[in-house]
Amino acid sequence: MSDVLIRAKGLSVGFPIGGGLFSKQILKAVDNVSLDIEKGSFFGLVGESGSGKTTLGRALLKAAPITAGGAHYSDGEVDYDLENITRDQLKDYRKRAQLIFQDPYAALSPRMTVRDIIAEPLEVMGLTRNRQETDARVREIAAKCRLNLEHLRRFPHAFSGGQRQRISIARALVSAPKFIVADESVAALDVSIQADVLNLLKQIQSEMGLTFMFISHDLSVVAHTCDHLAVMYLGRLVETAPTRKLFAAPRHPYTKALFSAIPSLDPDDRGTAQKLTGEIPSPTNQPSGCKFHTRCPFAIDHCKQVEPQLESDGTGHEVSCHRWKELMAPVAA
Amino acid sequence: MTALIDVENLTLKFRTDEGLITAVDNVSFSLGTGEVMGLVGESGSGKSVTAKALMHLNAKNAVYTPESKITLHTENGPVDVLSLRTPRELNIVRGGAVSMIFQEPMASFAPAISIGKQMVEQLLLHGDYTKEQAKRWSIEMLDRVGISDAAKRFDQYAFELSGGMRQRAMIAMALSTQPKLLIADEPTTALDVTIQAQVIDLMKDLVEEFHMGIVFITHDLGVVAQTADKVNVMYLGRMIEEGPVRDVIRNSKHPYTQGLLAALPKLDDLDSPLTPVPGDIPSPLERPSGCVFHTRCSQMVGDVCKTVEPRERDIDASHKVACHIYEKVPA
Repeated sequence: MSDVLIRAKGLSVGFPIGGGLFSKQILKAVDNVSLDIEKGSFFGLVGESGSGKTTLGRALLKAAPITAGGAHYSDGEVDYDLENITRDQLKDYRKRAQLIFQDPYAALSPRMTVRDIIAEPLEVMGLTRNRQETDARVREIAAKCRLNLEHLRRFPHAFSGGQRQRISIARALVSAPKFIVADESVAALDVSIQADVLNLLKQIQSEMGLTFMFISHDLSVVAHTCDHLAVMYLGRLVETAPTRKLFAAPRHPYTKALFSAIPSLDPDDRGTAQKLTGEIPSPTNQPSGCKFHTRCPFAIDHCKQVEPQLESDGTGHEVSCHRWKELMAPVAA
Repeated sequence: MTALIDVENLTLKFRTDEGLITAVDNVSFSLGTGEVMGLVGESGSGKSVTAKALMHLNAKNAVYTPESKITLHTENGPVDVLSLRTPRELNIVRGGAVSMIFQEPMASFAPAISIGKQMVEQLLLHGDYTKEQAKRWSIEMLDRVGISDAAKRFDQYAFELSGGMRQRAMIAMALSTQPKLLIADEPTTALDVTIQAQVIDLMKDLVEEFHMGIVFITHDLGVVAQTADKVNVMYLGRMIEEGPVRDVIRNSKHPYTQGLLAALPKLDDLDSPLTPVPGDIPSPLERPSGCVFHTRCSQMVGDVCKTVEPRERDIDASHKVACHIYEKVPA
């Protein structure tokens, strides 16, 4: 397929931890993940903290070490294998793939003006020939992100959270990337502002033909922005599907639990949801078999021994659970 | 239900280099035992400052107007919170009759002192416990909030616990002095949804068991709908709408409350576009004249919004709103 921008195949990211010189333990943050991100899509990645979603996002930006498997990037102009990319290719890839961070208060240098913050990638990557060209480009991007000329002269402290996040977005967009990883980019914002930033991201995506990977723990946010979703648990993909399909009929017990944990806006609908007990296990001490069996209300012995694989039903809905079919079947009265 | 705390005409300004900044502007509310009040608003709306005032915990540059009055009803009679001065007097509202849970549990525990030691310390300060009794009670409380292996956790440090576990320990610590009033400042914001659901359930159980009043500060209307009996919505230090949770959420009157609800992504309707509240919350240094919300309001009725501060109007016996749209309703 030519319309896939990034294809990960068996991608794993491991970090050596603790131990002595000879007894290194490997923490598998991302474990054997395969996924396709289609060009021009808004791909959502959800999971609890510790599920490896940030690490996966960074691996796709070549900002975390890929320890097994790989990912292929292909935008029609260039083709890169991220697991063994050359120095020159990587330099070029940095222009094509960018990251927007979670906390707009921490991501912007307090001692640089907004103009300098947005211009820095251009200068570092040598994308413009002179100051006039840089300024023109900065103004163009700033206008796209609804920042005005007056704003460019100020320092970040003078801005509210929503405005700062728009500055971060402008900085990520200035090198005209093709692929953007937005890591919890609205989590630190108030709801009133959050909707505004989400609308801006959507608008930019369609105007500039970008591909987004949107990492979030907030299912109601991803439901409204993403066209395709992947759910992660302890470094593994447990379910992936087009957003509508996933919300209409989630198959994995973990996905279902995530949905039912969203606080309902109906004051009379309290405590009816099926709650997940316990917490996500430590990635250094992972459960055997299905990683989710320690918290799964439907786990049987088979789940504790054999790890399920992602299986597709041919419609783009993939799930890795031994029992999803019986659990989906209508309960006999 | 008996009266627990009465806040009357609370106005609070901060003295800064740039002049006096109004953080809370003429706010009144009261709370009874066993009642949960949701305090909702964006960052900068003054909700945390209001809550801290209940413990007289604001920084030294805080100035309260003479009309501001906070009365806490304790077993030994009413206490005028804002007149408390000495540390011994303040003990009543700081950890005694009033406890607080903060948003970031990692920042609220001392990192180099074990959880148990911190719990025992405050018990010795506030109650008639021997060290041994304090330890036993602390372990019991840890157990009560659903921490497994509480005796072992007692000796551990904050960094050894997961986020959800830490927040549970924080709740155990806040409740171990058996406060009458609990202030929970965004207690679930830093947690995953699954853990948030657990913590909300836990807090609901504890309200019933200990029969205390809770001021629950949050910006998440979903969390409010799940926990609160009544809701107060704040904007730039003003209370703009208050009422029972069902009325405020299903039949919100103030354009700001309506805007907050419209901005919320809804799962049952993925097709409807997200409608943000336009603009940003103004800097407290440039407080708008008239209605503080008029700079972002889409339903202004005229110049009156820019010039006259709306008074609080009764929609019905318990539902109040401060907005010129409802001017015909008798004040």
